[in-house]
This record gives sequence, C-alpha cells and structure tokens, in this order.
Amino acid sequence: MGQRSDGERNVSEPAAVEARDTVKTFGAGEQAVRALDRVSLTIRRGEFFTLLGPSGCGKTTLLRLIAGFESPTAGAILIGGRDVTAEPPNRRPVNTVFQSYALFPHLTVAQNVGFGLEMLGRPMAEVRATVERMLALVKLEAMAGRRPQQLSGGQQQRVALARALAPAPQVLLLDEPLSALDLKLRKEMQGELKRLQHETGITFVFVTHDQEEALTMSDRIGVMSAGRLLQVGPPREIYNRPVNRFVADFIGESNFLPGRVERGAVRLGSGDLVSVPGLPPEGTAVTIAVRPEQVRIGAAGEPGTIAATLTDAVYFGTDTHCHLALADGAEVVARLQSPPSGEIGLAPGARVGLRFAEGAVQVLGD
Amino acid sequence: MAVPDAGTAAADRAGAPARRVARRPGRAFSVTRLPGFGLVAVTVFVLLYAPIATLIVYSFNDAPTISVWGGFSLRWYADAWANQQVKDAALRSLLIASFAAAISTTVATMAALGTTRRGRFPGQTFIYVMINQPLMVPEIVTAVALLIFFAAIKVATGYQGLGYLILAHSAFCVPFAYLPIRARLESMDLSLETAAADLYATPWQTFRRVTLPLMAPGIAAGAMLAFVISLDDVIITEFVKSAGQDTLPTYMLGKLRRAITPEVNAISTALLGLTVLLLTAFFLLTRKRG
Repeated sequence: MGQRSDGERNVSEPAAVEARDTVKTFGAGEQAVRALDRVSLTIRRGEFFTLLGPSGCGKTTLLRLIAGFESPTAGAILIGGRDVTAEPPNRRPVNTVFQSYALFPHLTVAQNVGFGLEMLGRPMAEVRATVERMLALVKLEAMAGRRPQQLSGGQQQRVALARALAPAPQVLLLDEPLSALDLKLRKEMQGELKRLQHETGITFVFVTHDQEEALTMSDRIGVMSAGRLLQVGPPREIYNRPVNRFVADFIGESNFLPGRVERGAVRLGSGDLVSVPGLPPEGTAVTIAVRPEQVRIGAAGEPGTIAATLTDAVYFGTDTHCHLALADGAEVVARLQSPPSGEIGLAPGARVGLRFAEGAVQVLGD
Repeated sequence: MAVPDAGTAAADRAGAPARRVARRPGRAFSVTRLPGFGLVAVTVFVLLYAPIATLIVYSFNDAPTISVWGGFSLRWYADAWANQQVKDAALRSLLIASFAAAISTTVATMAALGTTRRGRFPGQTFIYVMINQPLMVPEIVTAVALLIFFAAIKVATGYQGLGYLILAHSAFCVPFAYLPIRARLESMDLSLETAAADLYATPWQTFRRVTLPLMAPGIAAGAMLAFVISLDDVIITEFVKSAGQDTLPTYMLGKLRRAITPEVNAISTALLGLTVLLLTAFFLLTRKRG
C-alpha cells in the first residue's frame, strides 16, 4: 500500500515505534466500537511522522496506545524494538504533548519542565541544568518562575513541549498540539516544531486532522479513516499517488471522473478517451482522479483535448478556480494561476478544450 | 440544615458573564427592579440577623436576665469560663468534632476520588445518592436508628465511651465533607494525572505530587465544614450520648430547661465566633483557584 520507499533501511536498527495488528475496541457487546482495526505501522528512528485523518478516525487512539494510556484489545506495541504492550505509561520511554497541554497549575514553569526528570530520580543539578536548556530551546527563559495560568496560549504550548522534551524521550507524541492556537501562531509553531525535531533528533509522532500541517511538516504521513490505516508514505507520494478515493479527497482537492477501461485508455462518461498507464483489464469500471492544478485549459477543438464549457470562474487571489462541465455534465475544476490583470479572459459559457498534465491522472480502486 | 455547597461558588463563576448581560440597562428581566424588592430583602435580613444580634448584645448584659438590659459586662463570659461543666462539654465537642472531621474527610476524599477521577460509570448517580444519604434522611430517623443500633453494641461489648458519638458524627459529616472535595476534583482536568504518568510518575507519585496538592483546598474546606456541622449537632448527639457525655449544644439545651441566664448567650456567641471564623476560611479556600 504505497510503501515503496520503505524497507531500505538498516534492518539491525529497531524501529522507533511499531504497532503490530493493533485492535482497539471500546465498549462491549452490541455497542462495541472498533476504534482501531488491525493497524500495523512502523515509525522509523528520527523521523517526523504524522497520523492524519478526520476526527474519530482512530489516530488519537493509536497515539494513546503508544503512550500507554490505553491498552490494545489485540496486537502489540513496540518502542525501540521492546514490547511495551503490558507496560504502564510511566515505564515507557515516550512523552506526550497534550491537546489541552495539561500543565500542572500548582507548579511553576520550571517545575513543570523538570517534573519528568525529577520522577526519573535525576540529581537536582542535572534537573536544573536541563530545565534551563529546555526553556532556552523554547525561548521561555524569562518565564521560569511563572505559573502556567499567567502565560498566553502559545507560551503554554511551548512549556508543554519543553516539559515533554526535557527527559529526552525516544519518541515524542503530539496530540493535535496546535489546534487551540490561532492561524498566525500555528504557522509559527509549525516551524518551531520542525526546528526542535531537527535539533533534538527525537522521533516525533504528530497527530492532526489538518492536511496542510501534515504535508508541510512530515517526513512521512499515515492516513487513517474509520480505524484503518489507509496509506503510509512521504507527503509527495500521498498527494500525488493516493491509493484510494478517500485519501485523494481528504488530502487536497481532486476531480473524480468515473469511466471504463477501453482500448488501453479510460472512456469517460462524456465519451472522451483519457490515456493512463497501468490500467486494469478491458471493461473494468474505474474512477480517475486529477488535481485541479493539473488541469490545463486550451482552445476548443484543439486535438487531444476534451470539450468542456466554463460554468463559473471564482477568483481566489493567487488562483482562479474554473468550474467546467464536460459533454455529459460531469464537473471538472481547474485551478489556474491568476494573471497580473486578475482576469483569465474567459466568460461563463465559453467553450474550451481540457487537457490533463502528463502523469497527473490517477486510476483509483474503490 | 443549610448546606454551603462549594458547587454554588463554581456555578456563580460560570454564571458571571450571564449576569453581566442581565445588568445591561433596559435589557433582560431583573428581579431587583420588581416593586417591593427592597422591602422584602430588608425584612428577610432583619428576620435572619435580628435574633442573632439580640443574642450577642444580651451576652454582654450585666443583669441576670436575657430580656432586660442592665449595663455592659463580661461577667457571663467569665462565668462560662469558670464553669467546669461548660469546659468539659466544650472540650468534648471539640474532641468529637476533630475526630469526626478527620474521619469523615478521609472517607469523603476517597469517595470523591473514586467517583470523579474516571469517566462516567453505570450506577454513578446511585452512588452519589448513597453518599449523600444523611442529607436526605430526616435526622431524627438517623438518631433513633443509631440509638437502637448502638444500644445493641453497648450491650454486646460493654463499651460506653465517646466512640459512639465520634462514629455517629463521622457518618453524618461525610456528605458535607464530600461536596466541596468533589466540586474541587471536578474542576480538575483528568489529563493532569495522565500527564504525570506520562512523565514517569508512579501512581503514588502522581497522587502525592499532582492530585493531592491540587485537591488540598477542597479537602481543607470539606474538613472545616464537617467540623462545624459536628460541633453544632444536637439531635443525633442527644440520642446517642451516654450519661455525662454532654457536648456544648446538648449542655446548653439541658441548661435552658432549668434557668435561662445570659451565660447561654455568652457560650452561643463564642460558638458563633468560632463557626464564623471557620466558614470564612472555608469560603476563602473554595474561592481561591489553583
């Protein structure tokens, strides 16, 4: 499943995190809900791995299983090659940044950051030195003596990060840590997180429902839906070669056109033929997917183009989204870069010819 | 019995923005603008406090009566202070209240931890009702029940000590200690303990370093409330006590049956002072956050 780039690593080095056939069921009997359905996943050492999916897809459950806050109904969790399935959270070499931050309100910022090391029984001098280093890392040296309630949301977020990084865990788990921040702060923290991951070399497992966040920050992404892991791969692969319609639809936007395999090409409902490599046998019903930015608009009747009519053009600043209707009424959206004038020079009702960029058409199984 | 519930304080805070809306001129319904509101309010306060004020004033009365003013004097306080029976009863009251507060607060703390530091569970409401049972069962019923129950034990064991009163007080003080502790715990995010466990704290360390310090104001408030409630109890004490086990309230009741002197006023005023002190501390503790 889209894991072409996997398995080239040194085999002797154990994975940072491994989930084996993990099942998690909540409730019992008729009301039982399967939050995770036989999920197997390998997260490599030192990578920024993102679990992406809509709310309720099981991504947070998987994170909680890795942290040890829940135990799996079936399957195993390994951290650094060691089976920790039966271990409580305090014996696992991972730390978590909680969505709600969960900072201790009765402790100062410095005490919060030092909590993990103190529980590990490290000498006070080491704790103090590490706390200082961590606060410098997240640029909060001046706030050491404050209480969490006296900090802004962004500062609390950074304290939560410092607290989780201080014990130098093998893996840092981040549960939608940016969702409570406003857009500008979120962008800033995205960069900050990447920088921290780079500087510490710690494996990050990041949970989000924001596809843009996932694409910009991750080394690899695992896309989840309804308790299943649908696809694992680097951002470019997830975006350009989605394994199914859900992934193509959830990550970015796509045009989906149903058709049938005919003479080594796909015959669309409009009657047009689209040539795509690697098709299933003749007569198979398929859906092709094309990203809006890979649709080119040319003059009507140009050879090799698909006849379409412009129904609407929506101006988005940098882009203009052209809504087009094929002969059978099927809708295709093309995203054009807006020219300096802002006018694309086409009015609704204009007849045009469509082309899909080379290699941009995906054939999806359902 | 009035129940100063810490939950009300929390509700007040939550309702603060709503109240601000209601105060906007010309908007929303406000009971304070109804005709006669001021009169009713004043009447209520007079009825509430005039008797207490009278009691306090006459505790300083020089005359040996509680209705005719004979000049200022502290003689009734001196009398009460010199009265061995009053001293014994007061000490007994404080002893029972201390033990009852300690026991009921411990029980209530465990009950509150068990009912709040987890998700919702089947039978939760039933458990709440069970814990708060003494608030709902008429006190006289509990008193008679305890009398019969303890009588059987007294016969069986021969033990006649203060233990019965301490046990009885501990039992009815549990819900009073439970309410503020539960309110405090419910305001604490469950993820705090999860975070502590994530940061390598054992369950005991988590309790010791996170849960306990955060719930401490609730525990202190619960203990004070239990203490005051125990100190003040008459009905159950009257039924359960053996001969020579008068507490301050039952001693005063006994004394009122014979001759009424301002000495009772003096004792009452001292008791009131102590209670007000404790309740003020309770209020400050439940109000302060984090």
